[in-house]
Amino acid sequence: MSVFFAALGGTILLASFAIGFGLLLTGIDRRVAARMQARVGPPLLQPFTDVRKLFAKQNIIPANAIPWLFNAMPIIALASSIAILLYLPFGSFAPVLGAFGDVILVLYLLIIPSLALVLGGFASGSPYATVGAQREMVSMIAYELPLAVTVISIAWRLHAAHVAEPFSMLTLMQTPVWDVVGPLGSTALLILLVVMAWVTPGELSKIPFDSPEAETELAGGILAEYSGRNLGLFALAQAVKTVAVAAFGIILLLPWNLSPFLGLTMVAAGIADLVFFALKVLFVVSISVTVVRMMMARFRITQVVGLYWLVLGGLGALAIFLLMADTSYVPGMI
Amino acid sequence: MKLTKALNRSLWAFHFNSGSCNGCDIEIVATLTPRYDLERFGVKLVGSPRHADVLLVTGPVTSQMADRLRRVYAQMPGPKVAMVIGTCGLSGGIFSTSYNLAGPVDQIIPVDVYVPGCAPRPEAIIQGVVTVIAKLERLEVGERND
Repeated sequence: MSVFFAALGGTILLASFAIGFGLLLTGIDRRVAARMQARVGPPLLQPFTDVRKLFAKQNIIPANAIPWLFNAMPIIALASSIAILLYLPFGSFAPVLGAFGDVILVLYLLIIPSLALVLGGFASGSPYATVGAQREMVSMIAYELPLAVTVISIAWRLHAAHVAEPFSMLTLMQTPVWDVVGPLGSTALLILLVVMAWVTPGELSKIPFDSPEAETELAGGILAEYSGRNLGLFALAQAVKTVAVAAFGIILLLPWNLSPFLGLTMVAAGIADLVFFALKVLFVVSISVTVVRMMMARFRITQVVGLYWLVLGGLGALAIFLLMADTSYVPGMI
Repeated sequence: MKLTKALNRSLWAFHFNSGSCNGCDIEIVATLTPRYDLERFGVKLVGSPRHADVLLVTGPVTSQMADRLRRVYAQMPGPKVAMVIGTCGLSGGIFSTSYNLAGPVDQIIPVDVYVPGCAPRPEAIIQGVVTVIAKLERLEVGERND
């Protein structure tokens, strides 16, 4: 029973934190992007205004749509994005449901918001949304490979170093894989860092991987038929997912906490770690979403698959070989 | 479906060309460039009428486009605003005597704000957006007093 209440409280707390922080991140992203184009840009709280507006607008269900599926998917997208957060450690805070799932579960949970989008797109009964949904499925299949390679190789390296429970999210956060490896392994991890930096915008369907939502050719793609409250819910889900995806990458590859360096303890340590973690999320989003999105044009869907499977998949394979070679040189514990 | 302050600060525009010569369309694009930066006020160009709050119509309405214009306007979720950009949309302009004209935009859909000019300068379009916001604020006050 106490687990139930802890999960409930944790969910409410995490959901409100992630929605607020995620929308703020979107605002910062838009502001930084504007500054890169020598513009002033929108106010930092613009995404909050947008969502408030969307919730006050009319909610149209197209005549061609399947109403229950069309209306359920935005809610499922938001709920599953929040569910990911329950399994992620934030700073020195252990995950709310850490005992019930590990990194493999998070890998699967990350798919569900995109899957909800796909089903919502198919349920819209619009050719634009259908094409967008098909593209979203293809890009999901594409980025899963390098993402899985990254996760598995890091967990395998921790296992090879005899770290207990290498697949637990808490272990990944508390035992930075960088402390385990030798020089060859560090090279491999740098490669995996590059791979994760490319997977992040793909997960979030941002330019150059935004072909499912292509505004210029598909009129908003998957979201073409969504309006009002449903579109607002998808915007919230996207904000939460931004936090979750960036946090996932950080836990895998940039997991250090601030408190051991500053010698903080108790509450101060928790707050310092949380703030540091939030700054790392901001850093990751700025680099691999904002900068990339301003630098590049949209890939065609075939190019997306080619990039993820051949280039990043190849880099991932190289990283695995390097990590295997690394184990034979530095087999020991931390 | 009511007017809010958030709506005035987050107007998403959908651009509809009902038979324009492309001059006004170029000026709309110019309005969205970094020089004028309408995103400062939350204005954004969106790809689907379902996401839009403002319909920007350019050009006179040709007989082929009349039904499309009605349908696109009907697809927008309320509260919504229609804005005509350019003289052609106001009166038909140089095309006013054409055999193929269904009429100026306001004979097809209800129009809230007119921006005259051939083509209107970006400053005029921004003036139009400000007029839209002022009108929405006026209506909002009226709605509150009802």
